[in-house]
Amino acid sequence: MTGTSDRTTRLLGSAALVTVAVTAWLGLSVTPPDVVQGQLVRLIYVHPAVALACYVAFGLSALASLAYLWPRTRSRRWDRLAAASAEVGVVFCGLTLVTGSIWGRASWGVWWTWDARLTLTALLFAVFAGYLALRRTGGSPDARAKRCAVVAVVAALLVPVDHEATTWWQTLHQGDTLLRANPLIHGLQLWTMLLSFVAVGLLLAWLLLHRYRVEVLEDRFEEEGMAIAIAERRAEGALR
Amino acid sequence: MDEVIRFRAAVALVGQFPVLAGVDLDVNRGEVVLLRGANGAGKTSILRACAGLLRVVAGEARVLGCDLTADQRAVRRRVGLLGHSTGLYDEMTVEDNLAFSLRAAGRPREASGGALELLGLTGRLARTRVASLSAGQRRRVAIAVLVARDPELWLLDEPHAGLDADNRDLLDGLVRAAADRGRTVVLASHEAERAGPLAHRAVTVAGGAVTGAPQAVGVQVVA
Amino acid sequence: MWRDALTVVGKDLRVEISSRVTTTQVAPYAVLVLILFGFAFDQNHSLLDQAAPGLFWVAVLLCSVLAVQRSYAIESADGTRDALRLSGLDPAGIFLGKAAAVAAQLVALEALLGAGVVILFGTRLHDPALLILTAVVATTGLAASGTVYGMVASGLRVRETLLPLLVLPVVAPVLLGATQAWMAALGLSHADGWRWLSLLGSFAAIYLALGAVWFSTLLEET
Repeated sequence: MTGTSDRTTRLLGSAALVTVAVTAWLGLSVTPPDVVQGQLVRLIYVHPAVALACYVAFGLSALASLAYLWPRTRSRRWDRLAAASAEVGVVFCGLTLVTGSIWGRASWGVWWTWDARLTLTALLFAVFAGYLALRRTGGSPDARAKRCAVVAVVAALLVPVDHEATTWWQTLHQGDTLLRANPLIHGLQLWTMLLSFVAVGLLLAWLLLHRYRVEVLEDRFEEEGMAIAIAERRAEGALR
Repeated sequence: MDEVIRFRAAVALVGQFPVLAGVDLDVNRGEVVLLRGANGAGKTSILRACAGLLRVVAGEARVLGCDLTADQRAVRRRVGLLGHSTGLYDEMTVEDNLAFSLRAAGRPREASGGALELLGLTGRLARTRVASLSAGQRRRVAIAVLVARDPELWLLDEPHAGLDADNRDLLDGLVRAAADRGRTVVLASHEAERAGPLAHRAVTVAGGAVTGAPQAVGVQVVA
Repeated sequence: MWRDALTVVGKDLRVEISSRVTTTQVAPYAVLVLILFGFAFDQNHSLLDQAAPGLFWVAVLLCSVLAVQRSYAIESADGTRDALRLSGLDPAGIFLGKAAAVAAQLVALEALLGAGVVILFGTRLHDPALLILTAVVATTGLAASGTVYGMVASGLRVRETLLPLLVLPVVAPVLLGATQAWMAALGLSHADGWRWLSLLGSFAAIYLALGAVWFSTLLEET
C-alpha cells in the first residue's frame, strides 16, 4: 500500500458525497421552514448528525484504547484506531460546538447556553484536545500508546458522571435545552434528518479509514527503519 | 553451578534505537564478570536489561530464572543496580533514604546501621540531607543502599567513578565479600585496568552486542 | 499494597516537611489567588459572598495542579523513578501513597483557604458536616485524578504545560459538584447538597480504582 486510497475509500467517498449532496438539497430547498424557528430549523439536519458522529468517534477511541490496554488483546491496531478516531472525533466535536452555538445564538441571541449536552461536549473537546497533545509527545510508540490509552478510557468513563452533573446543573437553572426547542418533526423533515445521519456516518467512515491508513503507513516507515538501525548499530562495534 | 544470567540474541530498544542488537551472555552464580567496552557500546543497557528496567523485545533473556521477555518486573526485587544516577531523594537525610529503600524492599531496618558504618556514613553525616552532600558522598550512600539490600545479583555501572582511592578500595572489598558470600556481580567499566583484577572473567561489548570470546582474568591486568 | 502505600505516603510527606515547598510557595499562592479574586470582583461584598464557594474551589483546583506537579517533581531528580520501579513496591501502593500525600497537602491548603474566604469575603459558615464531608470527598477525587494524570505526564519534557490541560477539563465536574454542595450547605441555593456529594463520591471512586489498576502500566513506560 503506497497511498491511503483504494476501492473501498473511493466507494465510501462517493457514497458520502452523494448523500451529503442529497441531504443538502433536501434540507436547504425542499423541506419547509418551521413555524416557530423559521429557516433556523435547517440546523437540525446538521447538528444532531455531527454530534452523534462525534460521540461515536470518541466512543470508538475509548473502546479501542481499552482493547489495547487489555493484555490479551494488545495490538498496535487498536492504538492506531484509537488515535485515528480521536482525531476525527475532535473535528466533529468542534463542528458540534459551532453548530450548537450558532443555533443558540439565532434562537435566543446568546452565543453560548449552559445547556447540559453542549457543556458536556465542550468538556469532551478539551479532554480529547489533551489526548491529541499527548500523542505528539515523543518516546517509544509503545509507551506513548499506553499513556494515551489510559487517558482515553478514563475520559470516556467520565461521560456518565459529567452527564449527570451537567443535567442536574441544568435543572437547577431551568434553561432551555436545544433539543427541547425541537419542533415535532415528521414526514419529509424526519426522512431528511435520518438521511443526514447516514450522510455524516459515511463521511465519518471515510475519514476514519483514511486516517487509520496514515497511521499504518507511519508505523511501517518506523519498522523498516528498524532493521537498518540494527545493522548500523552492529557495524559501530566492528569499526572499533 | 546454576545460571544467573542467560542471554541469547537479545534485542532491546530505547524508542526506536536498538541499544542491544543481539547479545549473548552467560553468568553463573558466584561469578564476578566485567563488561568492558567504549562509551555507548551497550554495557549500561545490558545491566539495565538484567535489572528488568529495559525491555528485551527479541531473543532469549533469563535472569535468576525469570524470563525477562515475558515479565520484566518479577526479577527487580532480587537484583540491585548501582547506576549512573543515585536514585536518592535530595530533600531527605541519608538515614531516611536508607530506611525508605529498606522498607520498600521488605528488609529489616537494622541492616542500614551496618551498611552506613561500612561506608563511613555515621554520626552527623547520617542525619545530613542528601542535597548537601558531595557527589562522592552521594555515591557512597547509593552503595550503602545496595549493601544494605544485599540482593542476589549485583549490577554495578562504572562503580569506581567519582570515588577517591580509599573508597575505591573499600568498594573492591565489598565486591569481593559479596562474591564470597555467593552473590553474583556484574560490573561495567571502560577502565579495564582498574576493574580487571576484581573480576573472574571479562567480556567485551561493542555495537550493542558481545564480541569475541570471553577471557579469563585473574590478578593480571588485562590490556 | 497498603503497607507499600504507607511507605510512600511517609516518604512523600517527609520530603515535603523537609523542603517545605507547599507551605512556603503553594500556600501563599492560594491566598494570593483569593486576593486577586477580590480585585476582580471590585470588592463587591455581596457578590463575593455569593461566589465564595465557587471561588474557593477554583483556588483549590489550581493548587491541586501545583501539588501534583510537585509530587512528581521530587521523583524526577536523579533517577528516583527507576529506583521506584526497582524498589519492589507495589505500583498500586505507590499510587495510593502519592495520592494520599497530595490529598493531605490539599486538606491543609483548604483549611487555610477556608479561613481566607471567611476573612476576605466575609462568608459565614454553617452546616459544617456537609462542608467538611464535601471537602474530604472532593479532595480525594482531585488527588486521585491528579496523581493519575501526573504519572501520564511525568516523563515528558512538556509536562508543566501539559498537566493543567489534561487535569482541568477532567476535574471540572468536581468543581461543579463541590461548588453546588457548598452553596447548598451555606444556604445560598436550594439544591440538594447531598446529591452532589454522591456525584463527587462516584468521581473519587472511579479514579481511585482506575489509578490503582493502571498505575503499574503507566510507571513502566520509559
